[in-house]
Amino acid sequence: MGRLRFTKEGVAVWSSHLDLMRALMRCFRRAGIDLKHSQGFTPHPELSILMPLSVGVESQCELAEFTLAEGCPVPIKEVAARMAPVLPAGLRALESYEGGKKAGKLAWLRARLTLTYDGGVPADAEAALTALFARPSLVVEKFGKKGPTEMDIAPMLRDLSVLQTPENAGDGFLASLERTKEERASTLSVEAVVAAQNPTLNPLLLATAIETHLPTYKPDLVRCRRLEIYDADGAVFR
Amino acid sequence: MEHGRENAMNEQIDQLLQRILPTVQKPARYVGGEYNQTVKNLREVDTRVAFCFPDTYEIGMSNLGIRILYGIVNQMEGVWCERVFTPWGDMEDAMRTAGLPLYALESHDPVVDFDMIAFSVGYEMSYTNILTMLDLAGIPLHAAERSGLQHVVFAGGACTYNPEPLADFVDFFSLGEGEESTVEIVNCYREAKRKGLSKQDFLWEVGKIPGVYVPSHYEHRYKPDGTLEAIVPLPGAPKTVTKRIVQNLDAAWYPTEPIVPMTEIVHDRMNLEVMRGCIRGCRFCQAGYTYRPVRPRTPETLYEQAVHALEFSGDSEITLSSLSTSDYKYLEPLTDRLTEYCVARKINMSVPSLRADNFSRDLMLKLQKVRKSGLTFAAEAGTQRLRDAINKNVTEEDILTTCQIAFAGGWNNVKLYFMLGLPTETDEEVLGIAELVYKIYNTWKDYASNKKRGVRIHVAVAFFVPKPFTGFQWEAQTTPEEYLRRCKLLKEHLNNKSVEFNYHEAQLSELEAMLARGDRRLGAVIEAAWRRGAKLDGWMEYFDYDKWIAALQDCGVDRHFYTTRGFGLDEVLPWDTIDPGVRKSFLLRERERAYRSEITPDCRHGCAGCGANCLLEGGVCDG
Ligand code: SF4
Ligand code: SF4
Repeated sequence: MGRLRFTKEGVAVWSSHLDLMRALMRCFRRAGIDLKHSQGFTPHPELSILMPLSVGVESQCELAEFTLAEGCPVPIKEVAARMAPVLPAGLRALESYEGGKKAGKLAWLRARLTLTYDGGVPADAEAALTALFARPSLVVEKFGKKGPTEMDIAPMLRDLSVLQTPENAGDGFLASLERTKEERASTLSVEAVVAAQNPTLNPLLLATAIETHLPTYKPDLVRCRRLEIYDADGAVFR
Repeated sequence: MEHGRENAMNEQIDQLLQRILPTVQKPARYVGGEYNQTVKNLREVDTRVAFCFPDTYEIGMSNLGIRILYGIVNQMEGVWCERVFTPWGDMEDAMRTAGLPLYALESHDPVVDFDMIAFSVGYEMSYTNILTMLDLAGIPLHAAERSGLQHVVFAGGACTYNPEPLADFVDFFSLGEGEESTVEIVNCYREAKRKGLSKQDFLWEVGKIPGVYVPSHYEHRYKPDGTLEAIVPLPGAPKTVTKRIVQNLDAAWYPTEPIVPMTEIVHDRMNLEVMRGCIRGCRFCQAGYTYRPVRPRTPETLYEQAVHALEFSGDSEITLSSLSTSDYKYLEPLTDRLTEYCVARKINMSVPSLRADNFSRDLMLKLQKVRKSGLTFAAEAGTQRLRDAINKNVTEEDILTTCQIAFAGGWNNVKLYFMLGLPTETDEEVLGIAELVYKIYNTWKDYASNKKRGVRIHVAVAFFVPKPFTGFQWEAQTTPEEYLRRCKLLKEHLNNKSVEFNYHEAQLSELEAMLARGDRRLGAVIEAAWRRGAKLDGWMEYFDYDKWIAALQDCGVDRHFYTTRGFGLDEVLPWDTIDPGVRKSFLLRERERAYRSEITPDCRHGCAGCGANCLLEGGVCDG
């Protein structure tokens, strides 16, 4: 079994999880890398993505798991380099490697929200948001398959910081807002480590929390980017 | 050239897009950036073509014609052709609210910045989408309101064999296959731009290109009863315009390095076009007549194209497409080689429109190696008498034998397509469909290898729409009420829980019939319907019959004039200016034979003298 670490940025963020799966399968074929197929009536290549990404969210730390077909001569380590030239815009292959930690060990995700305020960042927003996320309990409404449910996100949050958006906070398609000084003055970043499995906290719910509990600080635009994944001990997950 | 494309994209539009995209369904279809789209350096581009498809991305990207012309125009140095599709309703609303103009997928530049606006029109019910797109682009709807050379609007595609309903909106039409003529048209435009010609002068120049029809060069005069009195060409305009065809299909450019969509489209697989045209002459079938003569590709070329495209795109499915693939001359050698290639790579190969004959049965079993898909029969009519009248050359015996083999081989899924409202159809013939379905059901009972799994027989019925350039181009359409009565009659005789019965909406087919045989007076109706909010009419989510009926009232137009009235045999037809190769006298003969239930042999078994051979350089058809 091998792993492929890749980015999903730029125009590619608008593709769904299923679209991405289909795209990756095609990329493996284009790269001339045969994947192992399941048995049965309609054989499927053995390929999965560890944490499905919501449409519109960027990531620099996606992980896909694959199994090469028997007799495929490509070493797993070379998969990323082979994929690089055949990937569509927004997907970049960072590395590929054999094995890796068990998927079940994936525990935390570091993510960044970039909040845009069309009229400029409210003066005390940094302090207000910092205080909000320091509350011992923070209940938000979540829309799942079974309808809306309430969820306390406070215990699933760590290492949260609110900062002025640094330069080059994003790449590609979504970065245009951050090109000029004035535009930087209208954005604020929230970076945090959130629970990635059992249960999962979608970092976009941090924006929901602002909307719910501090409606006057509701941003006009929210962008989200996955930065890194960790195991339960806080070590980088690979 | 792909690198740095994101910086090259239009920033203002992107800023608006990032607000809108999170709020709409399937945003991936609005951003472009797919693998192998064409991006050019604007400094090296003198002419920009917005290639517009008046339907959704998923439909448009499945269209082979679009992919061919996109590739061919982008091979021209100095010309950049980009794609534009109709936004779904939620996106259209969001664009209007945000003031986001229609933009092209590659550069995200607004369409209003482009020189030429090209439409590919394959379906009558997409006409209002043309208006939506022009309006969203901020380009005047009427050809007469666009005075300059910029924003010349031209159109091609299957619907343009009767271009008249679009004559108000489109400056000129490109008839037939566009591989060669589109390049000539674009070059003619560049020349006009260099010389600073007026739009009027350009239209006379472009009208000299064979296959180009300029509607403003013709006056349509009507009689008091509403029928056409005459079509009068302006001095210098040809009396008729003959469609273009590709003489050597084998040598024609083919998209073996296609754009690979990042979201699922309708035909999400490699499309291998094995031939153009069809040897059959089903009397209701516009494509069968207008794509004549049949021209096959060689299996060697096709094998190479298939392998190249599969390796380039990474597709895991391929379909051998054409109007009637089982009539492809070299199907056996081609599928022999391709099956071997595909099986080894777990690529699924499908051959649509298989006929119920011996070879197809063998092939069906061979394809089973890769995947088991359902059986499909376009029987079209329930009795042999009516099938003879419409020249649909399929027999009950063929169908039952194929079913027998398939059921014995483990298939348990059959789809049957029929039409109701066909000329000369009687109630007994409607019930003939039910009889055929029961015979299939009994065949399953007698031969199924595994009866526990049950069988599904899908019966799909469409409302017959008489189309221009067919043997039935003069026929009256049955009234919607009568069509629905026949549907009900059939349904009452199909009560078996293994049978699933569906029939097409009558209202949609009625309007389709009106537009298909419409004249210039329908331009106002299309516009009125659109102003009343008609859009995406081909989609059940949006189709609104009442808007069209109100629009007809607004304009004082009687739809029955175009549908149930029927056209007189000596009447001037709105599409008489267009020459698709097939002669009117031949179509008339086909009509007479239909009324005698007499079949006409297919082109391979004997030339029926339709006239389309004259389009070929040697003058001889090669079925
Ligand atoms: S077989 Fe008949 S219906 Fe099919 S494309 Fe040919 S002429 Fe048309
Ligand atoms: S000229 Fe004869 S062979 Fe050629 S398309 Fe017409 S009927 Fe068929």
